[in-house]
Amino acid sequence: MKEEFQPPKGKIMKISGNCISLVGDDIDTDRIIPARFLKCVDFESLGDAVFEDDRKDLMGKHPFDLKSNQNAVILLVNSNFGCGSSREHAPQALMRWGIKAIIGESFAEIFYSNCIAIGIPCFTLAKKDIKPLQVRAETGNLFFEIDIKNVIAIEGSTKHKLELKESSKNMFLSGEWDATSTLLSNIKLIESKLDNLPYINLNK
Amino acid sequence: MSQNTLFDKVWDLHKVADLPGGSSQVFIGLHLIHEVTSPQAFGALKDKNLKVKFPSRTIATVDHIVPTDNQSRPFKDNLAEQMIEALENNCKKHKIKFFNIGSGSQGIVHVVAPELGLTQPGMTIACGDSHTSTHGAFGSIAFGIGTSQVRDVLASQTLAMNKLKVRQIWCKNKLSDGVFAKDLVLHIINKLGVKAGVGYAYEFSGPAIHLLSMEERMTICNMSIEGGARCGYVNPDKITFNYIKERQFAPKNENWLKAVTWWKSLASEKDAIYDDVVSIDASKVEPTVTWGITPGQSIGVSQKIPELNELSVDDQFIAGEAYEYMGLNPGQAIKNTPIDVCFIGSCTNGRISDLRVAAEIVQNHKVSPNVKAFVVPGSEKVAKAAIEEGLDKIFKEAGFQWREPGCSMCLAMNPDKLTGNQVSASSSNRNFKGRQGSPSGRTLLMSPAMVAAAAIEGKVSDVREFIKK
Repeated sequence: MKEEFQPPKGKIMKISGNCISLVGDDIDTDRIIPARFLKCVDFESLGDAVFEDDRKDLMGKHPFDLKSNQNAVILLVNSNFGCGSSREHAPQALMRWGIKAIIGESFAEIFYSNCIAIGIPCFTLAKKDIKPLQVRAETGNLFFEIDIKNVIAIEGSTKHKLELKESSKNMFLSGEWDATSTLLSNIKLIESKLDNLPYINLNK
Repeated sequence: MSQNTLFDKVWDLHKVADLPGGSSQVFIGLHLIHEVTSPQAFGALKDKNLKVKFPSRTIATVDHIVPTDNQSRPFKDNLAEQMIEALENNCKKHKIKFFNIGSGSQGIVHVVAPELGLTQPGMTIACGDSHTSTHGAFGSIAFGIGTSQVRDVLASQTLAMNKLKVRQIWCKNKLSDGVFAKDLVLHIINKLGVKAGVGYAYEFSGPAIHLLSMEERMTICNMSIEGGARCGYVNPDKITFNYIKERQFAPKNENWLKAVTWWKSLASEKDAIYDDVVSIDASKVEPTVTWGITPGQSIGVSQKIPELNELSVDDQFIAGEAYEYMGLNPGQAIKNTPIDVCFIGSCTNGRISDLRVAAEIVQNHKVSPNVKAFVVPGSEKVAKAAIEEGLDKIFKEAGFQWREPGCSMCLAMNPDKLTGNQVSASSSNRNFKGRQGSPSGRTLLMSPAMVAAAAIEGKVSDVREFIKK
C-alpha cells in the first residue's frame, strides 16, 4: 500500500527516493492521462489512472506497474515529455501516483509550468547522460537524493550535475512556486496596470 | 534577445513587475474558461478564501464535454452534467459572463471569442487549453495554461512567466489551389519539428500569411503548440481590422478609429530583431496528411511514408513506434489508405469557411458506404450561418451527419469516439495514440477539404483531383 497522498507545501529543498525510467520521446499528456479521466471536478482520483491505456497495452509490464517501481519518486524521461494538451491533470496524476521530481532530456512548455505550479521540479540532463541512468533504473534500484540548491543528484559518493531554470530553482527554495500570494502582493500595481491598458478603455 | 517585435511590445505593455525569483508578473487582458480545466481552480480559490479579482475580464463557455447529438439537459452522461453544472454555478457565484448552450453564442472557446469580437490585437489572452494560441491570429499574445494558473488569473489577473524568445517564420510566395492553411501549418511543423518551438513565440509572416483570411490565420496559430510553441501570432493588418469591425464586443463609434490606430502601431517594426528566422516556401506545399502519432509526422499526399534511414536520429524512435501503432509501413504511399471515420470540426478547422470548402467538395457526391462521416460546427453562430447558407443540407444529402457545436471527436470527451483500431480522417489538431477516444484508434490529420474527399472516396485522396472533376 502506498502512503496517503500529501501535496507538497512551502519550501522544497531536497527530494530523495528511487528512480523510475520511462523511455520514449514526445510522450504527450493524452497518454499520461487519457481525456476520459478529465471528467471530474477535482484531481483526487487521478493517481490510479496515470498512463492507463499504455499500461493496459503492456499487460503488467509498464514501468508504472512493475513491483520494483512502486515506491519510486523520481521519474526519468526523454525528450519533449508532456507535449500536447495543457491539462494539469497530467502532472497531478503523476504526483498522486507518487512522482515528486522529473529528470528528462526536455519538457514541453505548458507541462513544465504546470509542474512548477504544483511543486514538481523538472530537471534536464543531456541525452547521453540520461540513457545510462534509465538503463540502471530498469535493471536495479537507482536511489537519488536531489539537492535543489546545488542542482545535483547524489547517488552514494557520485554526484550527477543536473540543470534547472534559475527562476524555478528560486521558487522552490523560497516556497513561491505556489505563486498566488506572491502575485497578489503586487495588487496596487495590478490595479494601475488595468487602468492604463489602452484596450480596456477602448472597449468600454 | 528579440526587440521591436509585436511580442516585445505586448509583453512590455502587460508586464506588472519583476518577481524575486527572476520571472515576470504579466497582466492577462482576457481570460477564457471552460468546464474541464476550471472547476479545480474555483475550488482552490475557495480553499484559499479568495475572490475573482476582475470578473469582467473572464468569459466562459462550455465545449469539451457537450454531446453533439442530443444536448437536452440533464445530459445522459452524469459526469458531463456535473461539469456543466459546476461551471454554471461558479459563473453565477463569481458574476462571470457565461455563453451557455442555447445562448446563440456557445461553442468551442477558440471559435467563440474571435467571432464575438472579444479577441483583439495587443491583448494578452490566457485559457486553460493549449490551443489558446489560436487567438494570436489577431496579433495578441495568447497561450494555454494549467489549472493552477487558471486559479492565479482568477485571483490576480496575472501570471508568473518567463519571457519567450521570438522566431519569425517567413512564408514566401503563396499557397496553390487545393492547398490550405492546415496544409501549410502541418508542413511547417514537419520541417521544424514538434519541439522546435519550446521556449519560443512563433511570428508567422510573409506574403503567404498576409493573403490568408482571419479564419485561415487562426488555423495556423492554433497549431503553433503542436510545433512546441506555446504562442504563435500574426501581425495585425486590414484583414484583421475588417474581421473585428462591428462584432458584438468590438470597439464602437469614436473608439473604433482610435483602436485601429493603436493596433497598427503594434506590428513588428521593419528593423525588429528576432532570436531566430526561418523561411518556408508556401508554393511548394502539397495537401498534407499525417501518417504517425505526432503532428510532425506528415507528408504531402503524393509522397511515401519515410523510411527510418531518411529520418534524423532523433526522430527514429518515435517513427518506429508510429509505424507499429498505425499499422503503416515505411515506403508505403499515404494515398489510398482506407478510412473508417471522417470528422470535420474542432478549434482548428470548425469555422464557417472550413465548412464552406468541405461542402463544395461533397456537393453532388455521396459518402462512401463504409465510412461514418460527421460535421460538428465550431459554435452556435457557425451552425446558424451554415444552415442559412444551406450547407447542412449539402452535407446531409451526401450522407454526413450534421451535429450540434462542441469539441467532439477532436479529443473524444463526449460520446463521439473511434472504436477499436478504426482509422479517422480528421480536420482536428492531434493524432496522438488514443486521442480520438479508442486506445488503439488511429488518426490522420488533414484539411477539411481533404477530409471531405476522403469521405467520398473512402480512402485518402488528393483533393486537387477532386477540384478538377
